[in-house]
Amino acid sequence: MRAWMIWLAYAAVLVAAPMVWTSSLALTMLSQVGIAIVACLAYNVIFGQGGMLSFGHAVYSGLGAYLAIHTLNMVGDGRIALPVSLIPLVGGLAGLFFAALLGYVTTRKAGTTFAMITLGVGELVWSMSLMLPEFFGGEAGITTDRVVGEPVLGISYAPQIQVYYLIAVYCFVSTVAMYALTRTPLGRILNAVRDNPERVEFLGYRTQMVRYVAFMISGFFMGIAGGLGTMNFEIATAEVVGAARSGAYLLFTFVGGAGFFFGPIIGAVLMVLALVMLSELTQAWLLYLGLVFVLMVMYAPGGIASLVMMNLRMAAHGKLPGLAVPYALLALAGLVLFAGSGAIIEMVYHRQLDAALGPATSFLGVPLDTSAASSWAGAAAVLAVGVVLFELARRRFAQRWGQAQTEIEQLIALRERQA
Amino acid sequence: MDQVLINLLNGISSGLLLFMLSAGLTLIFSMMGVLNFAHASFYMLGAYFAYTIGTVVGFWAALVLAPLLLGAVGALFERSVLRRVHRAGHVAELLVTFGLSYVMLELVQLVWGRTSVPFSPPPALAGTAFTLVSSSAEPMRFVLGVAPEAICQRSAEVFVACTRYPMNRVFLAFVAVAMLLALWLLLTRTRVGLVIRAALTHPGMVEALGHDVPRVFMLVFGAGCAMAGLAGVVGGITFVTEPSMSNVGPIIFAVIVIGGMGSLPGAFVGSLLVGLLQTLPLTVDKSLLHLAESLGTPLGPDSLLYPVAKITLAQAAPILPYLLLVLILIFRPRGLLGTREG
Repeated sequence: MRAWMIWLAYAAVLVAAPMVWTSSLALTMLSQVGIAIVACLAYNVIFGQGGMLSFGHAVYSGLGAYLAIHTLNMVGDGRIALPVSLIPLVGGLAGLFFAALLGYVTTRKAGTTFAMITLGVGELVWSMSLMLPEFFGGEAGITTDRVVGEPVLGISYAPQIQVYYLIAVYCFVSTVAMYALTRTPLGRILNAVRDNPERVEFLGYRTQMVRYVAFMISGFFMGIAGGLGTMNFEIATAEVVGAARSGAYLLFTFVGGAGFFFGPIIGAVLMVLALVMLSELTQAWLLYLGLVFVLMVMYAPGGIASLVMMNLRMAAHGKLPGLAVPYALLALAGLVLFAGSGAIIEMVYHRQLDAALGPATSFLGVPLDTSAASSWAGAAAVLAVGVVLFELARRRFAQRWGQAQTEIEQLIALRERQA
Repeated sequence: MDQVLINLLNGISSGLLLFMLSAGLTLIFSMMGVLNFAHASFYMLGAYFAYTIGTVVGFWAALVLAPLLLGAVGALFERSVLRRVHRAGHVAELLVTFGLSYVMLELVQLVWGRTSVPFSPPPALAGTAFTLVSSSAEPMRFVLGVAPEAICQRSAEVFVACTRYPMNRVFLAFVAVAMLLALWLLLTRTRVGLVIRAALTHPGMVEALGHDVPRVFMLVFGAGCAMAGLAGVVGGITFVTEPSMSNVGPIIFAVIVIGGMGSLPGAFVGSLLVGLLQTLPLTVDKSLLHLAESLGTPLGPDSLLYPVAKITLAQAAPILPYLLLVLILIFRPRGLLGTREG
């Protein structure tokens, strides 16, 4: 498949998505996905490509959102004249400015120290947001109205669908731009700084400068995401610069797969799904999220993207059908494990938070009585069976997978000898 | 004046609490290169463990048992999770502890609820340690315990103010100093300390001499977590035991960057500095507006700088540690007592 075909398909998905999912919930979620894609890709410029772990990156999207919202309000008052479609760009420039300002301090360090400093800077901005209600709007935040002036070419941004397409355009252009960055000498040297900063220093590059430039680029796109958020939500509260938001960017970029360019896109989709749907479904979603994250760091550090690529490789060598049975067993055992542990977690949550609603709750459609010993014993039994089954299935799967892997490697080695 | 003194004491005691946290963090970091993002979560968990254990066996037993349990939890985590991702480098280790902080926070909320629990000090620590008597007639003095009514009686011509200082804060300072002393003795005067310090700089050589370095790491991680747990116990009875106790994380990270990464004396100096920075300004109700006025250039409400300038020092107290962090990074990137660059 040619590169341009992938990009065409990506554009087609962005264009067609609201035609496939037409409900208003779907449209708001798609808009959020578009924003999240820009943010996660921007985060990955420093995280995946630059090896810099930031715990405070919401600062740049958040401050971008705030400057965008103030600009939009000024446009609304008639104090400045600016096409509303360019508001996200204002956010981007704001993100760039603050990344240039704060990044000068943070990128003086790399590695673990960098991570701690970004956390400190994030806290600094967050505390400032409570001290400066004139700019941050205090508890209520700042609101705006994106419908300003006369419609241009019929675009007023009153209907959500128009905002979606604005987001889609920005999302597509930003994705292309950030992909292009990875092909430039700057993008390559950034990878080198991630992998072996000492050697890069010996080659005569200043690693600090490379990190700083990458940080500013990332800040610019974070700001665009913030500006798009302003257009979408028409409100900015202090939460947009908060640690929870920064943590979510990190978490989902990693889960999506920081090692691949498209990984953060998967992460962005998951982020919106989790924040919108999972949080509705269960109160324990942060616990599940944390557990999934820890397990991914331990067993699949390349994220979902790497799992996809590994399976594609298996498929390319025709090994995937042979793995179907181990996969099915693994999934089945996983389901049992999940049912057991999930039932227990949900029952504990229910006792802790909704005890006033009575002892009855349900999990996966199964009614549970949190006051009856039978429910607890049943859940514990399912969990125990799940643990045993999963371990058996995992061993079988690992063995088959390793076998297939060896066969592929032998095949490749054979081909190389013949060549 | 008495208020300043009380604030100074408060600053020192919260600085000592910060040191109990940053000491464990520094120990783990300088040994293993691992930044334990969940360190503040262990602090929180320490308070909750002690609360629950305390309801069964009493506070004093909990003061010993809770940190030990925390240490076991930490060691278990190191053994089963952290060691696994060790190969993948420091970023992966940081990430896994980051994930752990989510899980721990949720688990604590799951077990103990989202609001605070009534973890109160035992009767011996609940009272007043001493009373500060300042009077306009005689020099300031301390009275142990609650000062008798007769002393605090103010008359028409002599102004007397009595400020009580709580026992639990004194206890906190005492525990912190005892821990500091014990840690120092352990590291410098015992065989275990010798091995730990050697493993710090020459892990390969220590391993070659027959010591089990991974086990040393596990014990150090457990000890660091136990120290956070001990801080949690004394912090829990002094402040409120609630899930947001884990929010102290960013502050202790700031402390160890200010003090210098991996330097235990640095962590001590940084802790006291940050503790004082957080509490001392609380009495200063002055802002940049007052400064501008005294300089002869008063700022009006319509000035562009007004929103920033009107913030009083007391309001700005929460951001001062982070501002110090930024200044340190600009002017002394290795921290106050740090030796490592980069």
